[in-house]
Amino acid sequence: MKFKGTVTVWLKEGIFDPQGAAVKGSLEAMGFKEVEKVRIGKNIVISLDAENALEAKDLLEQMARKLLANPVTEAYRVHVEEEKAGAER
Amino acid sequence: MKFGVVVFPGSNCDSDAYHVIKDVIGVDCEYVWHETRDLSDFQALVLPGGFSYGDYLRCGALARFSPVMDSVYRFVDEGKLVIGICNGFQILLEAGLLPGAMLSNNVLEFRCQWVDLRVENTKTPFTCLYEPGEVIRVPIAHHEGNYYAEPEVLEELERTGRVVLRYVDASGNPTAEANPNGAAHNIAGIINEKGNVFGLMPHPERCSESILGSRDGRRVFLSMIKSLETGALLS
Repeated sequence: MKFKGTVTVWLKEGIFDPQGAAVKGSLEAMGFKEVEKVRIGKNIVISLDAENALEAKDLLEQMARKLLANPVTEAYRVHVEEEKAGAER
Repeated sequence: MKFGVVVFPGSNCDSDAYHVIKDVIGVDCEYVWHETRDLSDFQALVLPGGFSYGDYLRCGALARFSPVMDSVYRFVDEGKLVIGICNGFQILLEAGLLPGAMLSNNVLEFRCQWVDLRVENTKTPFTCLYEPGEVIRVPIAHHEGNYYAEPEVLEELERTGRVVLRYVDASGNPTAEANPNGAAHNIAGIINEKGNVFGLMPHPERCSESILGSRDGRRVFLSMIKSLETGALLS
């Protein structure tokens, strides 16, 4: 079965994110006074073939642990959905 | 004695390191393509600066899975010397050969400038020709040089003398102003527990000849050569 996995990676709480801080400054300068915090992470979208959703999630977890996130500084979350045949990505 | 300079796709300080070792100092040196697995000819390896794999995903994260890295682990186990400069340091961190990780500089700048460094530990194969506490002038050029490690890791590095280089002001004090990137404890370079893997953000290969404004970096390579020749400080 085809699956679409999304691995979201972001800097752990408490680690300074200069990108987020810079964007927050610009949002404030634009007049969005409501902004309290901005953190920037990344989404890594992976199409893969697996027996079932559980196996797909397990494979994506392994990829995240070994490569996609650095456990010292980053946290991650894995989301899996079934990919419909012929669906646009 | 032979040095190897590992070349990853995107390395760009490889020829500087090769030039210093081979032409300036006069020790045998060879480029090592990242797909090489046989490192038996070498006693010391340089992981040079640059942008391996375009710095994609995270600096050093993809280079760490290059074929040569399996052999680098064995090389380290055998007690041979590995120095990682700038991107090479980032690769050593990603590979787990040194503890901690690099974050983006805490300023919104790529920092390309001269810095003053204090040599904190001279009982290493990479710094044995410096004076304890000596302040040297070396250039940096990086965007991700903000060294980070958990508090207990930092404490252990400090307690065991594994912080080898620290950013300081001209009088040798590790002030916040002298810290170009936000690195924890002003750390510019650290060594592994065994003492044969050294990672540093500054570029000693860019200041090993007077014509380049400083020769302070040359003794890093001369220290390695001396250690290899005498066996001193090798595990």
